[in-house]
Amino acid sequence: MTNKIQWEFPQALEDEAIYILRETAAQFEKPAILFSGGKDSITLVRLAQKAFYPGKVPFPLLHIDTGHNFPETIEFRDWLVEKLGLELIVRNVQDSINQGKVQEETGKYASRNALQTVTLLDSIEELKYDACMGGARRDEEKARAKERIFSVRDEFGQWNAKMQRPELFDMLNGKIHLGENVRVFPISNWTELDVWNYIRRENLRIPSIYFSHEREIIERDGMYWPTSPFLNTSEDEKPFLHKVRFRTVGDMTCTAAVASEADKLEDIIAEIMEAKISERGARIDDKRSEAAMEKRKQAGYF
Amino acid sequence: MEVLHITTSGSVDDGKSTLIGRLLYDTQSIPQDKMDALHAASKRKGLDFTDLSLLTDGLVAEREQGITIDVAHIYFSTPNRKYIIADTPGHIEYTRNMVTGASTAQVSLILIDARKGIVEQTYRHFFIAALLRIPYLVVCVNKMDLVEYNEARFNQIVEDFQQMVASASFQAPSIKFIPISSLYGENVAGRSEKINWYQGESLLEYLEQITFDHADSTHPARFPVQSVIRPMTREFHDFRGFAGKVASGHFNVGDEIISLPSQQKSKIKTIEQFEAQLSTARARESVVITLEDEIDTSRGSMLSKTDNVPPLLKEITAQVCWMDQQKLVPGKAYLLQHGINRVKAKVQQINHVIDVTNNKIVEDKKELGLNDIGKITLKTAQPIFADSYHLNPANGAFILVDEFSNATVAVGFVE
Repeated sequence: MTNKIQWEFPQALEDEAIYILRETAAQFEKPAILFSGGKDSITLVRLAQKAFYPGKVPFPLLHIDTGHNFPETIEFRDWLVEKLGLELIVRNVQDSINQGKVQEETGKYASRNALQTVTLLDSIEELKYDACMGGARRDEEKARAKERIFSVRDEFGQWNAKMQRPELFDMLNGKIHLGENVRVFPISNWTELDVWNYIRRENLRIPSIYFSHEREIIERDGMYWPTSPFLNTSEDEKPFLHKVRFRTVGDMTCTAAVASEADKLEDIIAEIMEAKISERGARIDDKRSEAAMEKRKQAGYF
Repeated sequence: MEVLHITTSGSVDDGKSTLIGRLLYDTQSIPQDKMDALHAASKRKGLDFTDLSLLTDGLVAEREQGITIDVAHIYFSTPNRKYIIADTPGHIEYTRNMVTGASTAQVSLILIDARKGIVEQTYRHFFIAALLRIPYLVVCVNKMDLVEYNEARFNQIVEDFQQMVASASFQAPSIKFIPISSLYGENVAGRSEKINWYQGESLLEYLEQITFDHADSTHPARFPVQSVIRPMTREFHDFRGFAGKVASGHFNVGDEIISLPSQQKSKIKTIEQFEAQLSTARARESVVITLEDEIDTSRGSMLSKTDNVPPLLKEITAQVCWMDQQKLVPGKAYLLQHGINRVKAKVQQINHVIDVTNNKIVEDKKELGLNDIGKITLKTAQPIFADSYHLNPANGAFILVDEFSNATVAVGFVE
């Protein structure tokens, strides 16, 4: 019964997200959008643009740059910021490494995914942000399904799952003590398909790696990994060319590609409708354990 | 495309998680890798079946204890509409989570184990659905396979439930009874052949045909102002718009409005949604409204039509559900948040506390602690512009915030 492709975007989701963005601007002194260059944060930027129109977006974008991003993502980030006249602040994981606050992981699964939490928390403290908006969605992962729209974090950025404030109706309570901050998730109730249908409806540009392209990859653990100077490979992992695309955009070291011929939005949506693997199934960082996401969130991750 | 919000509640053994898993499975909403992870996790726990509850219990503590602690949100869709399920724990100590899940729901799904019939939790769940005036109630009599799909058993439970509703003196919502077996998928998505004595819709068929009044014509027009948009750019130099989400009713360009608390009047000049100009703003739509005149309106103000103005309340009687470990302290100042508007408030008195298992007043109890529901009288520092919850739910609820802990300590429903 669900084989028919659903193209229509549920408008109630946009109305809700815009309401949340406006509440964030009103309830906090210094909010920022956490921008990764992925489709969810691109959606967030679009919503912010609409929420305050004809006024300007009243907050900057904060990008925690791991140094392991796809070059296409960075190129896109700079284009978007320029086009919309937004303020962009970049903080680098490399700096945290140089300062000795974190250590580079080793081994073939080494990634900077966990390291960026430290850079993020330091940036929040340095820039005195009291609210950071992110494009996380509850349908992505089961720990995220429990997250509030206004999620209070303590001084150390920690999420206390058992002590969350109840959120009733659409009333958002953003009151915090000095030193605490709030993570705000305006698109909590969207699914992956909703995001794609929104991008299609709004005719938004997205980084080219979301579309099918030929790329050098290796096969590991039944997944396609993009080769890059940052990926530690062994000798028997022979790189080869394949038509792939990315369903989610993280670091080059922890985002797997899927074989795909989809080079148009419509094809991507059709592909998602039929996909047998979930979106975060291509996130190597989630596979570390069943509670991988919950543990990272407790530590201050998104 | 519409979104339908459902709240479910129940205990570990009533098959609720299995039912949700079934709905997801039958609407092809579980990707293969999630199914694989589920098989593997079930096996690790030593189970010889796939435990679909592992799909919804997201926290380590929940999986360890095999219980649902918090509200989980689950999503699926059909070609017809998008569904959001707020899945909440059913035990008494989680009443606050049930109320939270129910606060956004249009449908309350109550599960009854066909072998056990109505239990204490059924009543609590029904009480909360009635308190929050959820318009649709679906009672699924589950595990029909364990009573040999017996029609008489189903009828008995329906009768018991209706008796409970009749004795509760609540305004009865629309109630639908469905005999199901979530384990075998009988009457969940498709109709059951085994339950051939039942001629009605399956659960999903029933949910698919629920309809809503999108113009929200029965409720008065209410527009809480979230912020004032004044770009002061060359292009929009004199632009002054009021951003907000219509709480209830609808507004048209040209409508005469009154702004509260200033009580100044004007007319709606434009209704804008980004670059588009609209003629009408309907309930739950986020828009920007501009007015013909410069009147005193800012964040926390409320626009309404002049023919139906909300009362300015400073003394409020309300049903509340207490949600904090720390008990209500009469005389202490709390922040009352009505929609987006915050004022200071003091609880004058606790009128009574209700036993949610029988809707009776608890004798000699005059304090409200975690998960208690009762009636209180409040006094606010400034008036709020609230309707009675039973007349206009979208403008009749508030929360109380503790000024010291900043926690949300209660939800209230204006009488």
